[in-house]
Amino acid sequence: MAVTGNGVRRIAEEAGLSDEQLIEMYRMVALARALDERMWVLNRAGRIPFVISGQGHEGAQVGLTWPLRKGHDWVAPFYRSIATCLTFGMSPRDIMTAQYATGNDPSSGGRQMPGHYGSAEHNIVSVSSPVATQLLHAVGIALAAKVRRTDQVAMTFMGEGSSNQGDVHEGLNFAAIHKLPFVFVVENNGYAISVPASKECSVEDVADRASGYGIPGVIVDGTDVLACHMAAREAVDRARSGGGPTLIEAKVTRLTAHSSDDQQTKYRSEEELAAQRELDPLPKFRQQLQAAGVLTDEVLSRLASEIVVAVNDATEYGEAQPDPDPSTAMRWVYAQDWPSESPPPWGLGSGGAH
Amino acid sequence: MPPRTFIEAIREGLGDEMRRDPSIVVLGEDVGKKGGVFLATDGLWAEFGDDRVIDTPLTESMIVGVSIGAAVNGLRPVAEIQFADFIHPAFNQIVSEAARMRYRSNNGYGVPMTIRAPYGGGVHGALYHSQSVEAFFTHVPGLKVVIPSTPHDAKGLLRSAIRDDDPVLFFEHKKMYRSVRGDVPAGEWSIPLGRAAVTRTGSQVTVVAYGLMAHYALEAAEGVADEGISVEVVDVRTLRPLDKETLLSSVRKTGKCLVVYEDNRFGGYGAEIAAIVAEEAFDYLDGPVTRLAGPEVPGVPYNHVLEDWFMVNPEKIADAIRRLAAY
Repeated sequence: MAVTGNGVRRIAEEAGLSDEQLIEMYRMVALARALDERMWVLNRAGRIPFVISGQGHEGAQVGLTWPLRKGHDWVAPFYRSIATCLTFGMSPRDIMTAQYATGNDPSSGGRQMPGHYGSAEHNIVSVSSPVATQLLHAVGIALAAKVRRTDQVAMTFMGEGSSNQGDVHEGLNFAAIHKLPFVFVVENNGYAISVPASKECSVEDVADRASGYGIPGVIVDGTDVLACHMAAREAVDRARSGGGPTLIEAKVTRLTAHSSDDQQTKYRSEEELAAQRELDPLPKFRQQLQAAGVLTDEVLSRLASEIVVAVNDATEYGEAQPDPDPSTAMRWVYAQDWPSESPPPWGLGSGGAH
Repeated sequence: MPPRTFIEAIREGLGDEMRRDPSIVVLGEDVGKKGGVFLATDGLWAEFGDDRVIDTPLTESMIVGVSIGAAVNGLRPVAEIQFADFIHPAFNQIVSEAARMRYRSNNGYGVPMTIRAPYGGGVHGALYHSQSVEAFFTHVPGLKVVIPSTPHDAKGLLRSAIRDDDPVLFFEHKKMYRSVRGDVPAGEWSIPLGRAAVTRTGSQVTVVAYGLMAHYALEAAEGVADEGISVEVVDVRTLRPLDKETLLSSVRKTGKCLVVYEDNRFGGYGAEIAAIVAEEAFDYLDGPVTRLAGPEVPGVPYNHVLEDWFMVNPEKIADAIRRLAAY
């Protein structure tokens, strides 16, 4: 059920969210969307070769990430986690330099495809392409938090398609045995690229699987930012206080194709796509906050112009940053360079052009 | 100090390091109260407790993946894979994640993790308790691979592996655990990774080996010495990064190179050694770079007749040395 204007007030009060915080949450959702839309424009204009998108997931990501302590807790995100990474401290420039694969891209220095975010500065684990591997990293981070008594919580995110991987089973079992401070978020958008959830998962709700590990499994409307926030807040509190892990399944929608290399009209009907657009978390959150009197026209218009400025700035910044220097291509294979790891016959510096 | 067995040296190395650095944790199957199926971690649980000596479920991918995360958040995990034969479920975590974390994050994150695993045949372990798996991992930039052959090297190299800021695979030949003894000095010392050792000097043939084969190579060298064949033995010790200088300077001196490894021959680690020698010491060679390795079957068979047929041994090495010396 959708949260009404009164519901917003009640939840905000319960969660201790001020109007300023609600507006900031909205800004994050809207900023993630605007950056994402810009990526597609840049892709179609031939400026960046690949986009993997978070459109439709942003509301869940902001709501779920919000209760974590920035700079203290940890997230192990996935390739759709633009809003998670923004909420956890990455800047629009950080996101955009990853699209351009610039030398100063903080995620990977231009080494990884777009969408593979990461930031040691913000406790955001580096994303790889094999799916679900990051769950074990988050569980390991939670184990270290317990052993070192750091009071940290680790949260990981993935789609329902990825949630079928064996690493998920192995990691949930271990996290549950040791009651680790860990939260597992499944952003269920109904598709693993082209395969519908009915052919990926034996159960309708991934959250049902939580009972197999003796941990709470929570289903939340992933198009509702505050509902996600409430679910995550409870899970994070439980994790931090020694109550062990929680599986949160956020039912979201995928508003774009899987990636810029996918054509989703091949496997989704126009009717289905139109229905999905009705589940867009951005206008929904806007309407909720307007009904609650939090978002006035004045605030909305200010936010809109701030976001345009931020996205333009990030784009121009990304465009202007130099490519990585090929002479650095063999750095950081190890913490120290080893003389026996020698460059190829064409050396370093020319990239093999001559 | 009295001589130590190979496994005693490993156990002491683990204990010494855990006493020195509270961020070191041990995790794996049966590593707790039982002290590991080979007793490599015996006594550690009693001394360091549940937080630092962790019995895991039978989940190799989890053991490695959780170690990666723990390393990212300030621990130095030493993961035990009960047998190298069972490391394959963790292959993705080792190769896609641990090996690439530093490179893909442009030095944002590193993975200071050691993975110990018993490997090797000749122990009636058959197809799934005898494998040599080093070639799968030496292929991968970002990983370091260590195979010690003496108690002294085992302790010294294990210390360096644990202290290293990158993922190290540390393979221990299980036949050596109790059959190999040697002096292990007391005190705070270590052996740097990436240095081979010349364990016997000679002038006519260089034999390159590691692990159990490094012992067999010495036995074979001793055996053919009476026949007037002078053999130099290079114990690789760290397979990656490889100490090419020690290897190449030996071959440049002797002019002949026999590479011995227990794994089946095709595409094995010794093939890389042979290629390096052929490329970088070609002008010094007086005979074909030769490999002596396991036969092309998909595992070590169980029955003792079949197992003996599979295993490279000192006699087979001596024969190969004679052929190469006579070339």
